Amino acid sequence: MNIDFTKLFFTFLGLMIVLNWGLLMSAIMRKIGARVAGRYGIPWFQPWVDLIKNYAVRSQITHGIMFYLGPVFRLSGGVGLFLFMPILFGSNLWSNFSFQGDLILILYFQFFGMLGMALGAGEGGQPHSFIGISRGLSQFTTIEVPMTLAVISLAVQYHTLSISEIVAAQQGGIMNWTMFTNPFATAAAMLSLLGAFGHSPFDLVKAPNEIPIGPPTEYHGTFLGVLRTNAAILHVVETVLFMNLFFGGASNWFELIIKSFLIYFWSVFVGMVFPRFRIEQSVVWFLKVPLILGIIAILLL
Amino acid sequence: MTDEKLNNEQMESVSRFFAPENELKKVETPDGQIIEVNPLQDYFSEARPKVHEPNSSKIIEKFLNWARAESLWVLGFGTGCGSIEIPPLLTPRFDAFRYGVQMRPTPRQSNVIIISGYLAVKTLKRVVRSYEQMQNPKYVIALGSCTINGGMYFDSYNTINRLDHYIPVDVYIAGCMPRPEALLAGFGKLKELIKDGKAENANKYVENFDWYKANQKKIIKDWNMPDYNW
Repeated sequence: MNIDFTKLFFTFLGLMIVLNWGLLMSAIMRKIGARVAGRYGIPWFQPWVDLIKNYAVRSQITHGIMFYLGPVFRLSGGVGLFLFMPILFGSNLWSNFSFQGDLILILYFQFFGMLGMALGAGEGGQPHSFIGISRGLSQFTTIEVPMTLAVISLAVQYHTLSISEIVAAQQGGIMNWTMFTNPFATAAAMLSLLGAFGHSPFDLVKAPNEIPIGPPTEYHGTFLGVLRTNAAILHVVETVLFMNLFFGGASNWFELIIKSFLIYFWSVFVGMVFPRFRIEQSVVWFLKVPLILGIIAILLL
Repeated sequence: MTDEKLNNEQMESVSRFFAPENELKKVETPDGQIIEVNPLQDYFSEARPKVHEPNSSKIIEKFLNWARAESLWVLGFGTGCGSIEIPPLLTPRFDAFRYGVQMRPTPRQSNVIIISGYLAVKTLKRVVRSYEQMQNPKYVIALGSCTINGGMYFDSYNTINRLDHYIPVDVYIAGCMPRPEALLAGFGKLKELIKDGKAENANKYVENFDWYKANQKKIIKDWNMPDYNW
């Protein structure tokens, strides 16, 4: 078996870039949130300091094996998404380990971390975790429906399940982007993206002042550090997925940073404007507007 | 095991204070066996806390202490009138986020607890539980004169006078009430202490565990929890 060390090196480098960009992006978004509230906000390096602080906590307690494995599953979900995601279009080195049909695998990996986290947080035994998990899983199930419809619509439109080929089909000008060739699928997916990121109208999973941050209530120290590392990676990788599917991909890192920032900013922008939904409102909302848009996207093909 | 068990009379005197779910009870197992459960011994860990030494490498410990000082996660726990000083601290006027001070809703993830003002006996029990659930490098800020000598509640039947008899305190902020500026100055002082490696009170609590427990039990009459709340 041949191991392509150059590719491994570039994948690892890409992971580091994605991690640091994710941390920086979260700091920028929190600063934007602070400015909206009329505050100055955190220093830009705060996420790194928080991460070091969390990894440096001296004493840690555990509630069992699944409690350990929860963050590990979550991290492998995030890193797995990254590994099979073509990051830059037209570059063999930065396309990671993407292959024909990687779109299906990526849809699966989105749920993987969530389930691991549910098992781990469940073993923590904190009642708030259970509330958070039941909310999170029911909300994510309804997010998946319009999202999957949009993806199926794309697969039919481009006759492929490979992300690289979907990006390739969108090259040659802004009017070739899925955003313009299939607006209903884009709208359905962008609305379900709001739920996937869990910013304000749909932040009832973590709901900081209501159920003390939900599933990770019991997680501390290194456990929390792993979860936060994963959150940084996951945010970038999810935006890269949407960038690849709907906004023509990126051919260099600069383009990737601009596009992923704007896609992430979309969810933050909505979060700044709207207050939190209750779980029954959010589930019903996802089954109304995005689902109808997704069905239209299928019917119009 | 038998000699460790309390006799009936002792058991009765203890169980007067117990919440109903903490009393001795009989439980049926899935295979039909009836077993006796003592929740305090069987559901909770009775192990004593351990001292966690700082990293042996001075440079690494200095770096980690810098990170700890710049990322103070405060437990959202207000005890007395001082808790009204916390919201202005986080809103535009004073904006403590600039200094790395953030609120956390759960004791597991926070490393600073602010005892904001007088501490009622009933609240002391919750403070002890919350403090013990925080993980090792943990710091206590005592806000207001009430935590130093009882303040205007010095002769109250229902508040404690000196906070550091019950949990170790890193920084006192005097005043009645100290304004948010004073609290920001207190955070600055705490940061200095952490960066100098002098804020090791979590270990001090463990080293003098019996003394603290004796003091706490003198005040809290209805002690229906394990000695250390893991």
